[in-house]
Amino acid sequence: MNKLLVSPSPHIHTKTSTRSLMLDVVIALLPSVLVTILFYGWSAVAILASSVVFCVLLEYLITKYLLKKPSTIGDMSAVVTGIILALNLPPTAPWWVAMIGSIVAVGVAKMTFGGLGQNVFNPAITGRVFLLISFPAIMTTWGGAKGFIGGADAVSGATPLGIVKEGLMQGQTLQQIFDLHDFSYVQMLFVNMGGSAGEISAIAIIIGFIYLLARKVIRPYITLSILVTVAVFSGIFWLIDPSQYTDPLFNLLTGGVLLGSVFMATDYVTSPMSDKGGIIFGVGIGIITMLIRYFGSYPEGMSFAILIMNSTVPLINKFCKQKKFGRA
Amino acid sequence: MKKTFSIGGVHPDDKKISAGCAIEVLPTPKTVYISMAQHLGGPAKAIVAAGDKVKTGQVIGEPTGFISAYVHSSVTGTVKSVGLRKDLAGIPVVHVEIEVEPDEWAEGIDTSDTLVKEIPQDPKFIVDRIKSNGVVGLGGATFPTNVKLCPPPDKKADILILNGAECEPYLTSDYRIMIEKPQQIIVGAALMKRVLGVSHVVVGIEENKPEAIAKMKEAIASLAAGSSGYSGIEVVTLKKKYPQGGEKQLIDAITRRQVKSMGLPIDVGAVVQNVATSLAVYEAVQKNKPLIDNTITVTGECFPKQSNLLVRVGTPLSYIIDSLGGVPESAAKAISGGPMMGKAIANLDAATLKGTSSILFLTDEQTRRKPETNCIRCGKCAEACPMGLEPFLLNKLARNGMMDELEQNAVQDCIECGCCLYSCPANIPLLDTIRIAKGEVIRVIRSRSAQKK
Amino acid sequence: MTTTIIWTIVAITVLGVLLAVVLYLVATKFKVEEDPRIDEVEKVMPGANCGGCGFAGCRAFAQSCVEAANLDNNYCPVGGNEVMKKVAAVLGLEVHEKAPMVAVVRCNGTCANRPVVNEYDGLKSCKVKASLYSGDTGCFYGCLGCGDCVAACQFGAISMDPETGLPVVDEEKCTACGACVKACPKKIIELRNKGPKNRRVFVSCVNMEKGATARKACSAACIGCGKCAKECPFGAITVEHNVAYIDFNKCKLCRKCVAVCPTGAIHDVNFPAPAPKPEKAAPKAVAEAVKPVSEAASKPAAPKQEPASAPAANPATDKKEE
Repeated sequence: MNKLLVSPSPHIHTKTSTRSLMLDVVIALLPSVLVTILFYGWSAVAILASSVVFCVLLEYLITKYLLKKPSTIGDMSAVVTGIILALNLPPTAPWWVAMIGSIVAVGVAKMTFGGLGQNVFNPAITGRVFLLISFPAIMTTWGGAKGFIGGADAVSGATPLGIVKEGLMQGQTLQQIFDLHDFSYVQMLFVNMGGSAGEISAIAIIIGFIYLLARKVIRPYITLSILVTVAVFSGIFWLIDPSQYTDPLFNLLTGGVLLGSVFMATDYVTSPMSDKGGIIFGVGIGIITMLIRYFGSYPEGMSFAILIMNSTVPLINKFCKQKKFGRA
Repeated sequence: MKKTFSIGGVHPDDKKISAGCAIEVLPTPKTVYISMAQHLGGPAKAIVAAGDKVKTGQVIGEPTGFISAYVHSSVTGTVKSVGLRKDLAGIPVVHVEIEVEPDEWAEGIDTSDTLVKEIPQDPKFIVDRIKSNGVVGLGGATFPTNVKLCPPPDKKADILILNGAECEPYLTSDYRIMIEKPQQIIVGAALMKRVLGVSHVVVGIEENKPEAIAKMKEAIASLAAGSSGYSGIEVVTLKKKYPQGGEKQLIDAITRRQVKSMGLPIDVGAVVQNVATSLAVYEAVQKNKPLIDNTITVTGECFPKQSNLLVRVGTPLSYIIDSLGGVPESAAKAISGGPMMGKAIANLDAATLKGTSSILFLTDEQTRRKPETNCIRCGKCAEACPMGLEPFLLNKLARNGMMDELEQNAVQDCIECGCCLYSCPANIPLLDTIRIAKGEVIRVIRSRSAQKK
Repeated sequence: MTTTIIWTIVAITVLGVLLAVVLYLVATKFKVEEDPRIDEVEKVMPGANCGGCGFAGCRAFAQSCVEAANLDNNYCPVGGNEVMKKVAAVLGLEVHEKAPMVAVVRCNGTCANRPVVNEYDGLKSCKVKASLYSGDTGCFYGCLGCGDCVAACQFGAISMDPETGLPVVDEEKCTACGACVKACPKKIIELRNKGPKNRRVFVSCVNMEKGATARKACSAACIGCGKCAKECPFGAITVEHNVAYIDFNKCKLCRKCVAVCPTGAIHDVNFPAPAPKPEKAAPKAVAEAVKPVSEAASKPAAPKQEPASAPAANPATDKKEE
């Protein structure tokens, strides 16, 4: 027998670790990744690979040479950031866009704050928003990619949200726009036309969501409160004037609402701790997203909404505490 | 709908691998070392000296205050010394060392097996017997039972809860006594019911012990048929969730009443006693037998011989382990108690106490802590905390010594159940820092309320 | 266009004036009257805000000095007599000089002296460890080695020696603020007189167990035999609870106690190396230099711990003690 170990209680530990949690997120992202690859082909593979590689490499280099600490890439969080960033880019984006996105995501948004757990803003979204503002042309051009299945040719040059925004600006009514472009909700549910890599299939994202819930990686409150808010907000406006405001289902299925609400708003680090805080956070994201969609100059506002609400998380955490035992 | 407590909790693997082992009586060792600090409160004062002859069940330590208890000799023999000896944490405590001779019981102790069902009418007689026989709470805190059964006159209990939850993984001693001595436990409950003057007694048992639930129900039915003193006793099946056996959690689960911060169970009209305590009460009152032995589970996957043993108080741990084949090679840690709240044993030569419930061996892989990494703010600790606290926040405040904020965030409510540290994916030693901060904050609160008076 | 510019300028000017008035009013209304001497005293303070004086920081100390009738209860351990003289000068008070102090670690339970029997696997903190159990060795009183004192020191004067597993005080950097004394849960660190030429004699052990038990746990433990107390011509040594203690106010640094200690628990530091002696006398060379008569007393008990006590007589001592 060796020397007896002595430590304070408890003496056993759950098998869940940061790494296993991140691995679960990666697994949950797989359906979306698969759909993207099938639909966008080699260009999607290239953008996914370059984004993940850059994110991981950057975190490794920064921990090793700048912070001079043990490497943290083993926790898999850089992989998650890489995949989510790639899913936020147009599949036709060149590799250097992914690189710049990774630098901003991992280098600026994550590591400057002290690495995983310390960052205020979601790294992947920070990267995406930086790219969106810096390279608007590249970031809003879709199409041209040749997928492994079906109709890559059918990919139009813009997302449904973009088409609607454009049309409305030109004074068309929604009825005219919808007639012109033949939007199908069924198509949006399975394989959307146009959009960032990860936005194209609602069903793939929902499968990931169910997996995350089943593995108890996330709790449903943030995601659901975003979706409900988007639906209610758009529902009210749609009822007021269906010719100017898109309907709830259209708003739920298009753009980054699903991807954002399932994978980005639920990021542990940048979302509130308590369920009550999560609901406030989600409602805020929903409202800001819809405000940007209806009244802003960008067709999509999910990323901005999440970033804005990220900055309120410390406040929300301060005021939304869970109920304590035996205290009124 | 099975009952459970309302906030938090975790589900560690059950691992009751010694559940099937019937209780065996461990032969007495050659020498026993009886500690004078076997209960919460002031240590007892030894009243024997080297050279004295003592009989089994004879008083050898007297209480030194209101919260203190009698200590009895668990064997017959000659006192060899009275002096400092290291307990399981290596801390010197006064022990009485006795060289063992064949058992010769002190007068007035009924050593037969016959079940005595008649409940004495006089509550004072019952309490006196409990006190003079040194019964303490065997659920972990070893609080003197007689004190707990006599609440201050302005507070009145309306329910007695027997804790048969045994929510800690591995432990099976309570389970075994519920199966092997259910009637004695129920008689003990009826005795305490008589003292408290309550009409309702609930035995809370977790759903993973169906056999114990059945045996206890059976015992209640057969006893209730014979005497009116056994009415109002029932078994409630609880969901399996740790820390169900925490006093506050158990009261919440069964009565939906929540004990206020810094409050006591009696504030909400409840008294909680462990089933093992109930058995000790039975023996103390009906048999006049002091608390000199208790059931100890010896277990662990790496331990070859799973056992539930009836052991005399003061038996060296090493003697128990050696009689079962010695410490296994792969064992890295020995724990007295369960894996969630038990104490790591630093000194295997230490002797058992009244409250010792198990010796558990864990391997390096099972127990060694992994390196701490960054907090990812997942909130799993807050989700797990049965008191609704925010361990991630308390940990930060504790590391920065922010006493006022710690108090505002209720660190004093912590029950040290270990759920936070257990569930942390980043392996942050949350409870290590919180436990220390809790102690400091409680000291501040106490000194403040003392000043007010 | 021009009107816009003019209006902007006007608006901003008006706003500026308004806010300035508000600021002024608020500043006068909430002005706190403070004794100007507090600022003056604070200026001469070291400004470390270490709390070694017992106040929250240098300013709190300064305020207390200004309010106090004399400086008997106020002493800045970091600045020492020099700073106190300056403070006294500012306030027109007198100051009693105090002998400079230094933190002394009273444990010599090195890895070699104390066999390790357990391994700690929790938060690296003496506080946590002390609340849990006796420590990794058989000695309940000795250093736990997690370095709470190192963390407490604001002056970087304490570090852990990886070889011995004990903290080492850098006496140049130590300001005797007492933070480490408070941080040590085992009360091992003590502030002692720095002594003339930094020479000090002290018992490097606080083990209160009986001799045999203490010795079993640590070969360098004080066993409370009392030889040193009998030997001391100045009555500076008391033996209580099986452990000797040297009162540094009475000690005259004769080092007779060092010579008689059978376990080498009494350390002397910063004394010049002894003149070369015949090999045989090496272990207690210092003692013999002082008082050869004591050789007889020390010899019979000494030989066993030669390896432990031998370094006490050579210059390496400094390192060991600090």
